[in-house]
Amino acid sequence: MTLLTVESLDCRYGLLQAVRGVSFEIGQGETVALIGANGAGKTTLMRAVAGAHRPHGVFDGIDITRIPAHRRVALGIALVPEGRRLFPGLTVEENLRVATSRRRGRWNVKSVLEVFPLLQPRRHVAAANLSGGEQQAVAIGRALMSNPRLLLLDEVSLGLAPVVVDAVYRSLTDVIREGATVLLVEQDLTRALKVAGRVICMLEGRVVLEGDAASLDRDRVVRAYFGLKRPA
Amino acid sequence: MTLVNAVLQGIFLGAFYAVLACGLSIMFGVMRIINLAHGDVAVLGAYIVFVIVEHTGVSAFVAFAAALPVMVVLGYILQLTVLERSLKAGILTPLLATFGLSIVIQNLLQLTFSPDVHSLGGSAGVVTTSSWQVTSGLSVSALGIVVLAVAVLVFGALQVFLSRTRAGWVMRATAEDADAAELVGIDSRSVYARATAIAVAIAALGGLFLGIRSVFDPVSGPTQLIFAFEAVVIGGMGSLWGTLFGGIALGVAQTLGAQVHPQFAVMAGHLLFLAVLIVRFGGGRAVLPGVRRALLLRTAR
Repeated sequence: MTLLTVESLDCRYGLLQAVRGVSFEIGQGETVALIGANGAGKTTLMRAVAGAHRPHGVFDGIDITRIPAHRRVALGIALVPEGRRLFPGLTVEENLRVATSRRRGRWNVKSVLEVFPLLQPRRHVAAANLSGGEQQAVAIGRALMSNPRLLLLDEVSLGLAPVVVDAVYRSLTDVIREGATVLLVEQDLTRALKVAGRVICMLEGRVVLEGDAASLDRDRVVRAYFGLKRPA
Repeated sequence: MTLVNAVLQGIFLGAFYAVLACGLSIMFGVMRIINLAHGDVAVLGAYIVFVIVEHTGVSAFVAFAAALPVMVVLGYILQLTVLERSLKAGILTPLLATFGLSIVIQNLLQLTFSPDVHSLGGSAGVVTTSSWQVTSGLSVSALGIVVLAVAVLVFGALQVFLSRTRAGWVMRATAEDADAAELVGIDSRSVYARATAIAVAIAALGGLFLGIRSVFDPVSGPTQLIFAFEAVVIGGMGSLWGTLFGGIALGVAQTLGAQVHPQFAVMAGHLLFLAVLIVRFGGGRAVLPGVRRALLLRTAR
């Protein structure tokens, strides 16, 4: 079943067109990695799906073009934004609790803390005083609190030590195994190919390559990633 | 003893300023709006209480309870019609919009109630006039106690609301990052409207106390705004308990200033405000070394 349909999506920042005619579909339970160089339009695409930008889109058969971000959460779309964007003055638990929605599901403060055990002792600490890895865990946990059907992850490994990234992805695998549909942006190609079932590669606002992670050979991905022409 | 008395009276006066400043602090803390019509909103609240008292003959406190829902609705309307639109246009626009609103409120009051002065003192019962003589130079007025108690209660209740309730966390989250709040399902529009409603309701409480302690007329607002604004800045912009402390510091500065000369009272408050501004906004780094150098030179000689 198709969960998300994006049809010829265009996003602009004034004169700059960041996303040009991008179309793709994501099925229920899929994990899709969105890759591409800096400025390819990945973050803009994610923000458009989450509703922070407002171009055309269809989610679960509903036209969400005119639905503001806060109501998309109630529909089951949750974004873990680039740079985490926690509420620094709120404690870990408060950060999680403000994101509670009416959607029922398995995620609540208790189950989030079980998936991210590193947060358990930090529960009443202000988000500003957490380490980068802890902050990222809170950001993912906060998105899970709304029991999303589609989880958007924007560069969860940004600015984190490799060991911490491993821990974050280990927890993510648990989340994915629960049957979540995930669209993630990842700079680390190897990691993206490992965690995702399907890969969409963007370049200068367009989709240049799309396919199953297993069937794509790394060379082709790298060429698409940097926009290199095939040697004649 | 007169000095102790001055400080005590200053604390009572400062509690009144803190109540006036509370709503200003909330609106700045949550939306980064400096509401230049805040004083006029307080005066409007005093007029609404006055009208209810005139028509029904109830006590000013009872009338205030009746005026409260009106003020809450007014707060919602103010946010959804004026402030929300102006917020979209950048940080200067709300300043202009509330400045205009201030003029509109003053003129509407002028038109409806004439420029005559009014007071709620007569309808507040014994609270207005009772006092206790502690010693010969030290007396405590019932109104002072009531205002101080209400101020502590209001700030305490807000503290509990912001730190213990989900609605309070949502408000703090929106204040810290409205964009991220939207992404976790928070409707920032309704949070802003709620914040403004609370601010307007507390402003009306300030208006009630203004009417009981002295008199008001349609153009009393701006004077109240200045004291409220000074209280917010002295206490640290956007900090709630800071605002209570700032109000009291301003009140004490004024009553101590009055000990020097009755006409120096308001000036002493302004001087405290200026001193805080200089120290807090980096001016201290520019000014203090100069002062230190001057002092060192003097001791060296």
